[in-house]
Amino acid sequence: MTQFPTAVDDQATGQSPDQRMDRSIDSTMVLNMGPQHPSTHGVLRLVLEIDGETIVRMKPEIGYLHTGIEKTCEAKFYQQVVPLTDRIDYLCPMTNNLAYCLAVEKLLGLEIPPKAQWMRVLMNELTRINSHLVWLGTHAMDLGAMTVFLYCFREREDVLRFFEMVSGQRMMTSYFRIGGLALEPPLGFFEKVKKFADRFPGNVDEYENLLTGNPIFMMRTKGVAHLSAEDAIAMGACGPTLRGSGIDIDLRRDAPYSGYENFNFKVPVRTEGDVFARYLCRVAELRESIGMVQQALAGMPEGPVKADAPKVVLPDREKMKTQMEALIYHFKIITEGFAVPAGEVYQAIESPRGEMGYYVVSDGTAKPYRVHMRGPSYANLQTLSKMCEGQLIADVVAAIGSIDVVLGDIDR
Amino acid sequence: MTLAPAITNIEELKAHPALARLLEWNPAVPQSVKFDRDELTIWVQKETIREVCAILRDSPDCPFNYLADLTCVDWYPSEPRFEVVYHLLSIPTKERVRLKARLDGSSPVIESVTSVWPSANFYEREVFDLFGVRFTGHPNLQRIMMPDDWEGHPLRKDYPVEGYR
Repeated sequence: MTQFPTAVDDQATGQSPDQRMDRSIDSTMVLNMGPQHPSTHGVLRLVLEIDGETIVRMKPEIGYLHTGIEKTCEAKFYQQVVPLTDRIDYLCPMTNNLAYCLAVEKLLGLEIPPKAQWMRVLMNELTRINSHLVWLGTHAMDLGAMTVFLYCFREREDVLRFFEMVSGQRMMTSYFRIGGLALEPPLGFFEKVKKFADRFPGNVDEYENLLTGNPIFMMRTKGVAHLSAEDAIAMGACGPTLRGSGIDIDLRRDAPYSGYENFNFKVPVRTEGDVFARYLCRVAELRESIGMVQQALAGMPEGPVKADAPKVVLPDREKMKTQMEALIYHFKIITEGFAVPAGEVYQAIESPRGEMGYYVVSDGTAKPYRVHMRGPSYANLQTLSKMCEGQLIADVVAAIGSIDVVLGDIDR
Repeated sequence: MTLAPAITNIEELKAHPALARLLEWNPAVPQSVKFDRDELTIWVQKETIREVCAILRDSPDCPFNYLADLTCVDWYPSEPRFEVVYHLLSIPTKERVRLKARLDGSSPVIESVTSVWPSANFYEREVFDLFGVRFTGHPNLQRIMMPDDWEGHPLRKDYPVEGYR
């Protein structure tokens, strides 16, 4: 039987760790880090209780970006929620779109055509590369390696151009819609992605040359912010944070969605549980993702990119101008939405940061009764205190970078 | 668009490891069940929620050792008004189960599961903040998203979308 460490009261004082933080203790000092601190990746505020340079306790304070997206969703039609999901985790908009669309499609019982599924996988893996590049660049810069940041953002720019090609937007794409994709990919899109995919493994070598064997980088990351496998599960870590602690789980392989069962890829797992292990996991994922992009390009099926469900999917502009029914359906979807059968669905997918779950409850009307997003950063942030207690202040920066938090995803 | 009808007969679903474990432990605990869209939901009495979670976490064949999500749904104006929803994942077997507990609108209180999973800490604070559900035994039950002096619980259905002005 596993005995998990618990966050219960301290036996001696009868006070919880959080309560102890709130009063000043003679020998220690309380230091406020953030919310406007460049290495906290957004507006994360950490209240540190320090003894000299060593952290005794840490308390994350969040909520600075809370915009009430879950409440807003309840006032929108199902298809109007898609653009809101982009804004939750702004580094992986397509992953958010996919999780939400899959959840609603499961509620509706919709079949998605193969080409749309493969395009979704292709765009999702490009999103993962985009997100990991931002992580790698900023993480390395936090630790003092400026060059990697510039290299990573060079390649990220290419990926953002692909997003712009398919959706017209670089970041808030809303490219996946309930029932398929918004548009066909434009001419010349696959050739450009192919060129990028052929070149990208060389770029990853370039990053690794700068970091993986770099003694300064290794000193800053090896053995720092250790998280054991038991703690990782108990504290709810997910994604590369969990895999860096030796737990072999990846929802793309274990609970395949959107045609991931057709792809061959390895799940990188490291057992060290430190910042360096999480770094190695994510860099290995970059290589696996580009492999999946290659597979998606090679096996891209032909056919439509939208499901055959006129009551749910908006008709093509051409059909709208020539067919009466298409015009009527368009009018009805825009003005009154579409009813979704009552029920509830929890759809979890593997985002670049871990398990992203969408819990959608329908009461049979055209607006979702409740949409809850289970953000991977929210779960990973809880492990931060465990990682940092007993470490030095400088290592907090390494630890934040290693769990790859996105505050939009935490506060929603 | 064809959906298989939901199964609500407890006998037909006995094979699921979570339900099997709970029935073995105490046949009176699962109040009702639903298998819909490949997802199993078990309603349990709110008094037993912490024990149920501990039993499922330590289940020998299929340990549901990971709390994937914890949230709440407000069914205002019907009673019991709140449903606290737990999504559990078994990391070794990749099985999932959803637990639900119903709470009255007048005094929504339920036992905290932070002693089973420390990760429940933030989730329960979020539900407390946005729904006003209290969790007994939580180490630090304070608002997490909204400011400390905020009035009301925004995700309740009787709270206006545009807020109070």
